[in-house]
Amino acid sequence: MSSLTTSEAGQAASARRKKRLAAFLFVVPLLLFIIVTFVAPIGTMLWRSVYHPTVAELIPQTLAELERWEDHKQLPDEKTLQVFVSELHTLNEQRLSGKLSEEFNRAYTGMSSVVKSTARRIGRLDAQALQAQGVQTLLDAHRNWSKPELWYAIERSGKVYTYDYYLTALDLELHPDDGIQVRQDTQIYLQLYTKTLNMALVITLLCALLGYPLAYYLAGLPSNRANLLLVLVLLPFWTSLLVRTTSWIALLQTNGVINSFLMGIGLISQPFEMLYTSFATVVAMTHILLPFMILPLYSVMRGIDPSYMRAALSLGEKPIPAFARIYFPMTLPGLSAGALLVFIISVGYYITPALVGGTDGQMISNIIAFHMQRSNNWELAAALGSLLLGLIMLLYWVYDRFVGASNIKLG
Amino acid sequence: MKIPAYYGFWHHLGHWLLKASSWLVLLFLILPILVIVPLSFNAEPFFSFTEGMLTLDPEAYSLRWYREIFNDPKWILAIKNSFFIGILSTILATILGTCAAIGLARDEMPFRRFITALLLSPMIVPLIITAAGMFFFYSNLGLAGGYLGVILAHAALGTPFVIITVTATLTGFDYSLARAALNLGATPIRVFFDVIMPLIRPGVISGALFAFITSFDEVVVILFMAGPQQRTIPRQMFSGLREQINPSILAIATLLILVSIALLVTIELLRRRAERMRGIEIPN
Repeated sequence: MSSLTTSEAGQAASARRKKRLAAFLFVVPLLLFIIVTFVAPIGTMLWRSVYHPTVAELIPQTLAELERWEDHKQLPDEKTLQVFVSELHTLNEQRLSGKLSEEFNRAYTGMSSVVKSTARRIGRLDAQALQAQGVQTLLDAHRNWSKPELWYAIERSGKVYTYDYYLTALDLELHPDDGIQVRQDTQIYLQLYTKTLNMALVITLLCALLGYPLAYYLAGLPSNRANLLLVLVLLPFWTSLLVRTTSWIALLQTNGVINSFLMGIGLISQPFEMLYTSFATVVAMTHILLPFMILPLYSVMRGIDPSYMRAALSLGEKPIPAFARIYFPMTLPGLSAGALLVFIISVGYYITPALVGGTDGQMISNIIAFHMQRSNNWELAAALGSLLLGLIMLLYWVYDRFVGASNIKLG
Repeated sequence: MKIPAYYGFWHHLGHWLLKASSWLVLLFLILPILVIVPLSFNAEPFFSFTEGMLTLDPEAYSLRWYREIFNDPKWILAIKNSFFIGILSTILATILGTCAAIGLARDEMPFRRFITALLLSPMIVPLIITAAGMFFFYSNLGLAGGYLGVILAHAALGTPFVIITVTATLTGFDYSLARAALNLGATPIRVFFDVIMPLIRPGVISGALFAFITSFDEVVVILFMAGPQQRTIPRQMFSGLREQINPSILAIATLLILVSIALLVTIELLRRRAERMRGIEIPN
């Protein structure tokens, strides 16, 4: 056998390159499409979480003056305050003081009404009075204006690129002297993350507990019967999410089906309050996500040769240890695939908690939606979303490594 | 499940326990969905069974809520929108997804693992994040509050399903068939439509159905991006459930259950056909 000549090797390499290119060309259209319609939007969100030019656009001169301010225990100097007063005056004329008050309120709680009323007061001054008594009017308008902490908060909120929203999202805050500290007044978000993870864990465990025996039972049936019963698993899978959520509302309401039934047979005299609790969220989501657990489990169990168990039993092993030591380890790939998928989906769930969860059953997605739609704090929503995305990507990476992203079971 | 002859009492007990618990889980899966169907014929504006319904009094049942849906221009618009957005985004997702799956199934595909994970990520990223990002991005482009933005968004969400189903039919695909056709002088386009397509068609169709149901059922992106003119069925249900609950939602839910049964049956038939065509005995 003679080895390849250089030119033959070159031809082989170029043929390989051609094939690689051909395969890649098939993927290019979708790749571009996903980058434009999906990756770019998510990139925009990440960008939003650190880019915040609003305050810098509203009071540029004040922020420029504040750069000279060094001793954060003292008020900024007279000139800075004067510049701020005249900027506030202009904003009041342009009807932009409302926007500023919203921004300040985020940086320093309780400032919303203060800014508005101060802006009105300062707006009443004419140009001359503004020069002469503007600063005094400001300091008289509310005691907060004499607090150095407020000015420090203003200085920080004026940063165009900021990680402050991440600090807020992690219940931290930046002190002028002590650096990053745990927030004293309100700790909402970490608690919410913990609660979300706990609920997702409970849902995953419930899905495993309910799904495992069913998958085991189905895997032992003859295939035509198993297929028939599998339809009962797949029907919920194909049924609209909103339909399934609607049915849980109908079931769990105070005068809903379950309460009426229990009262009808005389088991209880008072209806349970089940809807709008975290219980409702957990039950409805377990119902919705159970097929994601059953399908991978079933497909793994189907592939396990029953003779292993028969061999163990006929060699004298007791059923339970045989199951635990022979069968169960072989089902672990299916169990972990299902559990990871259920966990990933439930961590980011929005619709069901929003509809059946009440205040108690809200998850992290719901607070993101709240900041997007109600409080209009898009930067905070983006920061919270980025943290959630980081968590999901980590889990997805694990899933891809151990299960393979394209092995998701769809029925 | 056949019980082997060497099973003792405890085996039997265990087996019956397994059977009983499995059926309980099946009931847990299916009953909540079925309970909606009779409730939707309620003559009263309640979300629960009335006494008349329990005694099977025909007076207690009516088609009132179905009439209400088909007489309400809002619901009619929502139904039209759902199909319009669903069908257009499905066509887009199916074409792009099928094409990509053919490339991804090749061993020569560079960065296959990473690109596959990236292309499947719309299925994994929480919808609230996708929706928020799309809202920021599409508003900058002036596409928020219009059909185009929603259709593009839904197409992006549907493509992972097409990739998964088509890739599944392509595993074990014999590329020598395509090479033979090329050698015999067929153009690549003809090879695609006459050789490859017939073999992967079941995967393409079930991918398309998945993409359709994804769009048909999607509400978070709609909530963030669509204007009042683009309200879909799930969007209408969402606000109905939040604001004023009445059984017309149960009526539309019943209709949606019929849609999902039809889709499920189609998918199941396709799956069997695909496995027959590839000469594989139907497992399970």
